[in-house]
Amino acid sequence: MSAWRCEGVTFRYPGAERPAVDGVALEVPAGAVTAVLGPNGSGKSTLLRLLLGTLSPAAGAVRFGGRAVGEWSRAEMAREVGVVPQAEESPFPMTTRELVAMGRYPYLGAFRREGPADRRAVEEALRRADVEELAGRLVGTLSGGELQRARIARALAQEPATLALDEPTAALDVAHEMAIFELLRELGHAGTTVLLVTHNLNLAARYADRLVVLDRGRVAADGTPREVLTAELVQRVYRWPARIVAHPGPGPDAGAPQVVPLAAAACGTGPEGASHVA
Amino acid sequence: MRPLLRLALLAAALVAALLLATRVGAVPLGVREIADAVAGEGDPTTVAIVRRLRLPRSLLAALVGGALAASGAVFQALLRNPLADPYVMGVAGGAAVGAVAAVALGGFAASAAPVTLAAFAGAVVAMLLVFRIAAAAGRALDTRVLLLAGVVAGSFFNALILLALTFADADSFRSAIFWMMGSFSGATWRGDALLAAFLVPGLALLFALSRPLNLLAVGEETAAYLGTRVERVKALAYGVASLVTAAAVAASGVIGFVGLVVPHVVRLVWGGDHRFLLPASVLLGATFLVLADALARVAAAPTELPVGVVTAFVGVPFFVWLLRRRAAA
Repeated sequence: MSAWRCEGVTFRYPGAERPAVDGVALEVPAGAVTAVLGPNGSGKSTLLRLLLGTLSPAAGAVRFGGRAVGEWSRAEMAREVGVVPQAEESPFPMTTRELVAMGRYPYLGAFRREGPADRRAVEEALRRADVEELAGRLVGTLSGGELQRARIARALAQEPATLALDEPTAALDVAHEMAIFELLRELGHAGTTVLLVTHNLNLAARYADRLVVLDRGRVAADGTPREVLTAELVQRVYRWPARIVAHPGPGPDAGAPQVVPLAAAACGTGPEGASHVA
Repeated sequence: MRPLLRLALLAAALVAALLLATRVGAVPLGVREIADAVAGEGDPTTVAIVRRLRLPRSLLAALVGGALAASGAVFQALLRNPLADPYVMGVAGGAAVGAVAAVALGGFAASAAPVTLAAFAGAVVAMLLVFRIAAAAGRALDTRVLLLAGVVAGSFFNALILLALTFADADSFRSAIFWMMGSFSGATWRGDALLAAFLVPGLALLFALSRPLNLLAVGEETAAYLGTRVERVKALAYGVASLVTAAAVAASGVIGFVGLVVPHVVRLVWGGDHRFLLPASVLLGATFLVLADALARVAAAPTELPVGVVTAFVGVPFFVWLLRRRAAA
């Protein structure tokens, strides 16, 4: 079963010299955690928007749940996929509970009042994302980690079968970052399809079932962490020398491949020239 | 039920403000006299003051205040800019061009019906023009471009007004300035009824957009992922809020501050959910302008102050106090 399936998907921003996403063929399996990796500007966020239908491909096809993404209405899509986008504004005061309750809008439309089921879903989402104690706080007073958990709670309040997140742990400290990856794994085990874009290769290797690496808009590698994360790939895609070591454990992810980037001096050449690594 | 209770209290405050505004003036009146006059009994002069002058005038102030506050709240959400007000998109400038043209070229008095019509037409032209400029820049409507288009159009309209005033005679000049300062002195029952007939469906449409506006306020992409048809909501919110503003400006001229400050006061005190924010802004904006107009009539009697001066003199210190109190908390 695959959640998304796309073929030959190409998208070019107006005025850009090369396509941001260039002929991407991809299957995102249902009920697993898939991480999309790649350097800055490799097309990760653009690919995510194409999968979610907020951008339309110039060529190729994107299908979600067996139907072309363009055929889904926004409300239908929002009942299936909870999204945590990269950036968000909050120019006006709002409590955490109000933010999370927005996750019920796809079920309520413009007029219907929140019922007991909606309130239950909101409370459950607050609990699962561990932001219950913050429910009454103004969103503007939350720390980066708290705000990110609140936004994940909003996506969970949509009661989606699929969760898509764009760099959910950017700018978070290690404990908050770990907490979010643990939560995503837990959701994945409970049957939720998780698709996330991230820069953290090592946590992706530990927590994702599958890695997709993009390079200049194309799929450079696609497979299990062990298949994908090689020194050769890191060198080729990121143009930086690295060693791959096994996660020492303990824990369920002992043995997962971990990327250790090397000092440029360690190879005797600069990052551009360093081509032979272990 | 708490939000409904709050709205009921705000509605009661509006009724109290209307009563107070009807009492004060060159001839102070008691509640009893007003009640008699509304029923058509008692001294004919009092009846005329209440039924022909003060009530239609206060009602006009209420309608305009409610309309401006609601459309200010909508523009702030649409543009995600706390500094937005109903006039930021150039609607007021367009209305002023229409009104000044009618006064300067047509020789009409500031409160004449053709001036109102010309102002409304100018506002609608401004709205379409700004939308056209912003929509031409790309397929999706970029609200930053919309804001810039509005500001640029507003500056151009100001230039047109100055040009028209340069060639206007002294009487027309005075009438045009008088119109632009904003006033409720030309109020009539017919005018009020016409404005209300226009505003009620407009405000109802804006209320219907409450939930999508809640989502739009946190960002268009997020709103789309939460099930909103973003482009449709933006176009609808822009169009309806502009028309509501156009009607208010055509009826009373350009009255500043209500549309900027009232939504902020509601947000600071009760939060930013548009399902409450919009109706509460309507009631509070109406109350505020009714009281401001009453004060404008009596503060320097027999001279009547421009109501915009009162809204600024009362509103600015209050708003500063509110901001500082929030900052300290």
